[in-house]
Amino acid sequence: MNTTRSEGDASLLEVQHVRKVYSSGGTEFEAIRDLDFRVSDGEFLCIVGPSGAGKTTLLRCIGGLLDVTSGSVSLAGARVTSPPEGMAIVFQEYGRSLFPWLTVRQNVELPLREKKVPATRRAELVSDALEAVGLAHVPDSYPWQLSGGMQQRVAIARAVAYQPRILLMDEPFAAVDAQTRAELEDLVFSLWKSLQVTVVFVTHDIDEAIYLGQRVLVLSNSPTSVLEDVPIPLPKARDQLRTRSLPEFNELRQKIHRLVQTAKRTMIT
Amino acid sequence: MTLPLAQRGSTRLRAGSARRRVAIRGLTGTLLFVLILEAVPRLGLVNPAYLPPFSEIMVALGAQAATPAFWTLLGQTVFGWFTGLIIALVAGIALGMFIGSLKWVREATHSTIEFLRPIPSVALIPLAVILFGTDMRSTLLLVVYATFWQVLIQVLSGVQDVDPIARETARSYRFRPLTQLRSLVWPTALPYVMTGVRLGASVALILEITGELVIGSPGIGKQIVLSQTAGQVATMYAFVIVAGMLGVAVNLGTRLLERRVLRWHTSIRRDQEGSP
Ligand SMILES: Nc1ncnc2c1ncn2[C@@H]1O[C@H](COP(=O)(O)OP(=O)(O)OP(=O)(O)O)[C@@H](O)[C@H]1O
Ligand SMILES: [Mg+2]
Repeated sequence: MNTTRSEGDASLLEVQHVRKVYSSGGTEFEAIRDLDFRVSDGEFLCIVGPSGAGKTTLLRCIGGLLDVTSGSVSLAGARVTSPPEGMAIVFQEYGRSLFPWLTVRQNVELPLREKKVPATRRAELVSDALEAVGLAHVPDSYPWQLSGGMQQRVAIARAVAYQPRILLMDEPFAAVDAQTRAELEDLVFSLWKSLQVTVVFVTHDIDEAIYLGQRVLVLSNSPTSVLEDVPIPLPKARDQLRTRSLPEFNELRQKIHRLVQTAKRTMIT
Repeated sequence: MTLPLAQRGSTRLRAGSARRRVAIRGLTGTLLFVLILEAVPRLGLVNPAYLPPFSEIMVALGAQAATPAFWTLLGQTVFGWFTGLIIALVAGIALGMFIGSLKWVREATHSTIEFLRPIPSVALIPLAVILFGTDMRSTLLLVVYATFWQVLIQVLSGVQDVDPIARETARSYRFRPLTQLRSLVWPTALPYVMTGVRLGASVALILEITGELVIGSPGIGKQIVLSQTAGQVATMYAFVIVAGMLGVAVNLGTRLLERRVLRWHTSIRRDQEGSP
């Protein structure tokens, strides 16, 4: 472990030769063959890959929700074997990840209670987080009374209020409409800039990955490995129209698109 | 699994005038039934010695209701029913949460539960009499036994129904096991618990009356037999009607309770049905 840490900068998350084989009822399925990458402190990393590439599997391994078959995941130098402190996950299925019997406020507050944050500080964090995601007006609604985009905002607010060092997001906007999606992208991006949190963001939308990430990791088809690690040298200020119409943006889009196509083809042959 | 509940939720929305129509129809039906009950013995279609006219039954009921003894009996029945229900609920919920939460306990107890559950409670009457004689406790044993399984089975399914994503959410935020139980497993199981309460309350009443009838522990059920042997047929029917009304009251009460407790639940089901 010392050798890996001495090599570099402040790398917060290290994924080392992770392999994950699902075995259920005698059959084995190799979802991840060999994933090896690191994420520096404060970085915004996007991961793209074809459907079924094992992106969710990878996030669950990083989050300590799933044991790796071999290799290791370390957060701040400590090996992850169960959900580590200072990590929050935003799931793709936001509706199912919120508790329907709790109000918006209670949903956001519950992890803080569990973290034993004092009541006054808790109230502050909750209202700040709801303010940040633009939901300050509905703290006493129930999640099922809100639209899909608003529900996902609640899930984001819950993660933000938790003040994690690292935020994992699994295709968080896959199920919302384009307009809401753009808004939520800008929301996440501005939260990342203001909170100095490290973000690992999984998506199958190449444009989204380029728009948000400082780096895009392109995964191959299952059994999965890293196909390419693409740096995104775009200016740090983002604007939905201007950023997306930059010539660099277009080049990156074509490059990654080709990579993903290659990934898909390698599966068929 | 919770479909009946969901259906109730959605029907309630468009049910405005339809419900009034149903109520009127129900009332008409009851009236008609009472009229037949009155007419059949009077016309001599049935021997009034077996089935007195409805009005006579009502007179007998009125006479009973005027005596303090009647209310004592009613109290005994309700007390036995309620005590049995509460014991079964507490035991069923506690054991259900425990067994359901631990996979190996669940697997270890599965066959035992499947063996004990189908034993009809009334088959335990001889045992109950040996243990407690004709005491109230004999009947209580039957009530608790029958009701317990209703509750336990529901709680077990409820605990199993925890959404995997919700569970992973709880784990990722490092909820302690007790917090997971309280803030995730329990609310998930609550609709099932309420179904258990509803079914259990009815079963408990049936067993309470049965126990009183067969064992002779004090209450409405015992009085049905006593009036019968004394040849007071109208009074016997009066007590039967009281037992029936208790059943209706129990049903209404538990439904109201369920609706109140699960407001969020019916709503979320309705919501999910509405979205693609
Ligand atoms: N619990 C499991 N048991 C067995 N196989 C599984 C399990 N979970 C996932 N898999 C398999 O592992 C592979 C990767 O699944 P995963 O959900 O990680 O893909 P993904 O990249 O997130 O896909 P998508 O983009 O569609 O969400 C799939 O082929 C899937 O069938
Ligand atoms: Mg996925």
